[in-house]
Amino acid sequence: MAAITVQNVTRIYQKYSSRHRFKTFKSALIKRDFFKSLKPDELVTALKEVSFKVEEGTAFGVIGENGSGKSTLLKIVTGIVKPTSGTITVNGKVSALIELGAGFHPEITGRENVYINGIMLGLSKREINEKFDEIVRFAELEEFIEAPVKTYSSGMYMRLGFSIAINVNPDVLLVDEVLSVGDASFVPKCLDRINDFRRRKKTILFVSHDLASVRKICDKVIWLKEGVIQTIGEPNRVVDAYLQDVADKQEEDFEKRIRQQETVQEDKYDENRRENRWGKREIEIKKSVTKNLDGIEKHVFSPRDGMIIEMEVEAYSEIKDFAFGIGIFNSQGICCYGTNTILEELEPAFISGKGQVTFKIDRLNLVNGTYYLDVAVHKRDGYPFDYHRNLYSFLVSSHEKGTGIFLPDHSWKFSSNIRVKRTGEKLDLER
Amino acid sequence: MLRLYNNLKDLYKYRVLIQNLVSRELKARYRGTVLGFLWSFVNPFLLMVIYTIVFGLIIGPKDPAFGDSPWKYALYLFCGVLPWTWFAASSIESANVLMVQGNLIKKVMFPVEILPVVVVISNFVHFIFGIPILLIFVPFLGKQYTLFLLFLPVVILVQFVFSLGFSFLVSSLTVHFRDIKDILTNMLTFWFFATPIIYTETLLTERNSKILDLWMNLNPMTHIMRGYQNSVFFGEMIRWKKLGITFLVSVVFLFIGYYVFDKLRDSFPEEV
Repeated sequence: MAAITVQNVTRIYQKYSSRHRFKTFKSALIKRDFFKSLKPDELVTALKEVSFKVEEGTAFGVIGENGSGKSTLLKIVTGIVKPTSGTITVNGKVSALIELGAGFHPEITGRENVYINGIMLGLSKREINEKFDEIVRFAELEEFIEAPVKTYSSGMYMRLGFSIAINVNPDVLLVDEVLSVGDASFVPKCLDRINDFRRRKKTILFVSHDLASVRKICDKVIWLKEGVIQTIGEPNRVVDAYLQDVADKQEEDFEKRIRQQETVQEDKYDENRRENRWGKREIEIKKSVTKNLDGIEKHVFSPRDGMIIEMEVEAYSEIKDFAFGIGIFNSQGICCYGTNTILEELEPAFISGKGQVTFKIDRLNLVNGTYYLDVAVHKRDGYPFDYHRNLYSFLVSSHEKGTGIFLPDHSWKFSSNIRVKRTGEKLDLER
Repeated sequence: MLRLYNNLKDLYKYRVLIQNLVSRELKARYRGTVLGFLWSFVNPFLLMVIYTIVFGLIIGPKDPAFGDSPWKYALYLFCGVLPWTWFAASSIESANVLMVQGNLIKKVMFPVEILPVVVVISNFVHFIFGIPILLIFVPFLGKQYTLFLLFLPVVILVQFVFSLGFSFLVSSLTVHFRDIKDILTNMLTFWFFATPIIYTETLLTERNSKILDLWMNLNPMTHIMRGYQNSVFFGEMIRWKKLGITFLVSVVFLFIGYYVFDKLRDSFPEEV
């Protein structure tokens, strides 16, 4: 049986808040343009004809970028927000971990808040009496339960909220990005509790940006993009498709940014340019681009990708003393690598007219971040012909999380008395 | 109509929640103060002292009902100011309550309609705390207890129904038109002086002005205040007919207020 059935749900929001409406209310009185506020360009479609079913006893994940309609969907399932059109049916008691401790009153004690919040979530006083110790114990707030909630830290606040909501013992649990506040010891506890739910064959609807958790917890995932279901299916497949989409978008943004920078630079005065580019240009680097190994111009790379730096150069006379150089800097200005043709014992013979210089990196092996490129052509003694300082940049992006500069190819190995598990694996398979 | 009735009946279902929220409101209000709950008594008492000094001693009552006694006048004043405070405070708080508790509306599945109810009830509790103060002062300020005190609960009931309807209306409309909050504050001041609270009804009726008479009769607060004054101050029978009509009007008003609230309910999560 389906625990949650969502059918053709559309939700449209007014783009502006009531403040704007006031403007139209006032202008409606003055200009009599009563219908202006109904113009379609002032509406935002948060969800568009979304349909899916969540079977009883499954964990269902919802992923997507900010503003893709995830939270709206959850609010509609909870019943807080009504869909503009479409229907929604939920079987069983629902508890939502959306805003933990939303109903807490700061002035009264934790104990009193547990009772009021519990009643708000549909528990009777007797049920709360029974569960009270468990709630406090789980929240690890035994010492503070008699203190006013306003004295709590945000973590304590959230723990108490989570503890109450999870002890409501619902048939359907809705979780929205709530685990982000918890500390390193509380989050696993919460995840354990959520897994406990799965084991007891309860239904979970899980909204998160933490893709590792989604992979870990969910049986099925839907990916929302701009309010429309993009893909629905097996977690790893959907998460990978989503990550690919994010990478594509990054590339696009980065290119846009570079293009903007270029136009800005052209507008700048020579004075400013001198800082970034100098030399008399007897040999000129007319253009420099970064490409992937397939020769396609690119600005976003994975650490395992190779990169080609291609320079178009022109020498205005025949020159016999020259060297080409490359430098890669990270965003803190630390030189990650620098080299030139002289250092690599490539003795110059001659250069004349137009030509191309290509610098190929087989594997970047850099950690995530923005990097800046120096490209230069100069004399053996360092006299610059044309020096481009940090004029080009590229982005290394991946879900590998190591820090530093260098990302070597690596792997872990453990002897048999040490057991680890991959985050992507489901906890159920563990024991 | 039936749906409205059923919805109002649902309020009964939430009585435990309402009860808890009211006690939370009351606990939170005086938490951290030295006098704590005593403030519920001290506030109306001090208010009475101030009104007595200003209107009783400085301005001086002219009405024959007080027989030139500022003490009697103080008692008369208190009969009206105390319930008026309940009404005004719950109206102003209602105008804010949906915005203040926006978290509950936006983030939790919560029966929103109980918020104005909680406001009216928690102010009602404060009012109830003031009643003993009022009654204690009756013999000291030159009046006697009469059997008509027994009608006090009837008057309170009428005011309760009227306040509730007004709160529903104000709270839901303010979400869309925030100006109401400011309009309301001024309107309540005007309303206060337009109701026989600091003066007696006769002051207006003896002018023989049709407009004034009409206003007096149309203003539900006139009849409610008169109810308090009759049973505590004048020691007279409450005016059954007028108060009865006021009650009926209040019930209708409650339905209208709830109807508007119910109509606007779906827009709350978006607008607060």
